[in-house]
Amino acid sequence: MGRMTLEELRKLRDEKQNALQKRDIEGKDCRVVVGMGTCGIAAGAKVVLDTFLQILDENKIENVSVTQTGCMGLCYVEPTIEVFVPGMPNVIYGKVDAATVKKIVEQHIIGKSLVTDHMFDRPAADIISKDGGR
Amino acid sequence: MAFRNYILVCGGTACESSRSDQIYQNLVEECKAQGVGDEVQVVKTGCFGFCEQGPIVKILPEDSFYVKVSPEDAKELVSEHIIKGREVTRLLYNKESSRKHAKVEDIQFYQKQFRIVLRNCGFIDPENIDEYIAREGYEALEKALFEMTGDDIIQELKTAGLRGRGGAGFPTWMKWNFSKQVSSEIKYVVCNADEGDPGAYMDRSTLEGDPHSVLEAMTICGKAIGASKGFIYIRAEYPLAIHRLEVAMKQSREYGLLGENILGSGFDFDIEIRLGAGAFVCGEETALLQSIEGHRGMPQPRPPFPAVKGLWGKPTVINNVETWANIPVILTKGGNWFSKIGTADSKGTKVFALTGKICNSGLVEVPMGTTLREIVFDIGGGIAHGKKFKAVQTGGPSGGVITEADLDTPIDFGSLVRIGSMMGSGGMIVMDEDDCIVDVAKFYLNFTVDESCGKCAPCRIGGRSLCNILEKITAGNGTLQDLETLKTIGEAMKKGSLCALGQTAPNPVLSSMKFFPEEYRAHIVDKTCPSGTCKKLVTYSINPEKCIGCTACARKCPVGAITGEKKQVHTINTSVCIKCGVCMETCKFGAVEIH
Repeated sequence: MGRMTLEELRKLRDEKQNALQKRDIEGKDCRVVVGMGTCGIAAGAKVVLDTFLQILDENKIENVSVTQTGCMGLCYVEPTIEVFVPGMPNVIYGKVDAATVKKIVEQHIIGKSLVTDHMFDRPAADIISKDGGR
Repeated sequence: MAFRNYILVCGGTACESSRSDQIYQNLVEECKAQGVGDEVQVVKTGCFGFCEQGPIVKILPEDSFYVKVSPEDAKELVSEHIIKGREVTRLLYNKESSRKHAKVEDIQFYQKQFRIVLRNCGFIDPENIDEYIAREGYEALEKALFEMTGDDIIQELKTAGLRGRGGAGFPTWMKWNFSKQVSSEIKYVVCNADEGDPGAYMDRSTLEGDPHSVLEAMTICGKAIGASKGFIYIRAEYPLAIHRLEVAMKQSREYGLLGENILGSGFDFDIEIRLGAGAFVCGEETALLQSIEGHRGMPQPRPPFPAVKGLWGKPTVINNVETWANIPVILTKGGNWFSKIGTADSKGTKVFALTGKICNSGLVEVPMGTTLREIVFDIGGGIAHGKKFKAVQTGGPSGGVITEADLDTPIDFGSLVRIGSMMGSGGMIVMDEDDCIVDVAKFYLNFTVDESCGKCAPCRIGGRSLCNILEKITAGNGTLQDLETLKTIGEAMKKGSLCALGQTAPNPVLSSMKFFPEEYRAHIVDKTCPSGTCKKLVTYSINPEKCIGCTACARKCPVGAITGEKKQVHTINTSVCIKCGVCMETCKFGAVEIH
């Protein structure tokens, strides 16, 4: 898209708002978001991201998109990720390493059950989205 | 197959001690017994951080928050909530249906953190402008360009009561207003991203997680004061933040949100990045502007203030990253909304980088007026490894220590100054009983001495002298007269230094002397370091009554200072000992002692 007018910006915002709420990007209904601030990367977030891509590829799982975000603030349990799977609560996992990624793919994404020993709560409510970010 | 419900049982230490384990067991059994074992997953989670109401059980997707649950309640939770879909109101926090009140974010505790600056950090992909736009991004800019005059924007900031987050807390609207009132063809907008306090990383995380919020805010400022050019001054040692800013600027230009004729409004504004080499003094605004101009980063006398005569002599608004990140929200949600958060003296929130001897280190954003106790013990989870709290340093090398006695002070710009520290940019370093206060003061002073630009004598010579005296004290050669000298030099630096670096450099020494006089005296009079940190004042020895002669320490000693036969009492040769402390860590019987 080139330079926008006011109307185009508003239209784009509405579109993207819907997309972000559905979190359904190009037929991928599941989403893994990896915290990729300097703190996350220092703690091994790149390994986590790469392992996700690799395991998803190996298992031919094609409905999961993997994206990055900034620091969530939970520096004591970095690397942190958030997993969105339809029909399941959105979950933040902390202290994730390659082995945990395998567990998350097998148990959470495929098996639809939570990986119990790595769950953490979002530290604050969301002031922007109406439903508090869930 | 997906589960219908998820039952989360808190498995934190506090809840566990009030039988959460039994609750978990009972819930699993009840689910099986009542025939929904396959449809419900019972999960034991980490601490919810709401221990005073524990044990806690949360049921998803309804997000019902049950408190003070007992193992006997398991049956009812399953039969009522899971089977019949009715919440067990007597166990709910607030005792009312969660759909109305007991949503997690409505509970007071969780509102201890409130995220304005960090609203998008951890939500959006910072390298995708669409995600920023989807979350009310550039809505404030729309308002500023099409609905508001420059005076309207400044008035909104005045209503909001926003004060600069870089440390001094100067009212933002006033700065903008000064620049606006000067008539000049050329004006500048500058973002100070030269974050340099040891242990502080709020600005870096904000830029890495949400770069567009700063770009949007700077553009708004350009509109308000009549500037068309902005600079972001950021240290080269923040490569990821720089990369994300560059990506964000490129995307904004493509969308017509930066550059000429923004959104067809006729307003032009563009931003350039200037990299700093990482000198702490360049966070001082006049030194920063010198550095942007290509000169050596040295502070200039004020007035004239940059708002009137700044970059290349033109009116320049310079704000810190965190200040900028607040501005889009103030315009979209309104100054009134913002002014309801915080205290009478300081509105809004403050981001702190909570580090040191704390359980949950991290980036914390709280409303002004939150107490230090809430930050350290509730959000931070208290002191790591069960040690005792000693003090917390706010304001980095410019601030001071805050002790147990002042932990309940609600934090704002004014209150922190009253208890002898300062807000600073938001570093918050927690110390426990193992930290030596004289050593900490020496650390900060070494830092400011290294970072002093050397332009004015009070800072250049005073700082070095303070450092030498502290060195002398920690080596066991201090005299009581030294304490007086520290005070005299410190006060002189405060009065005589040109910029805030020198004016605040003695703070860690002066405040630690005020709150821990006995620790300074111990170093000077008794020639001991109570925490065992100052190596020159410590000797290691082995208590013959406790030593069983296991040889573990002797094998670990890197310099062979420990001798002794198997099953015989060992001894340390103090003339060889390098005081590394390995023997003390190794000994399982507590036989190694320091004096």
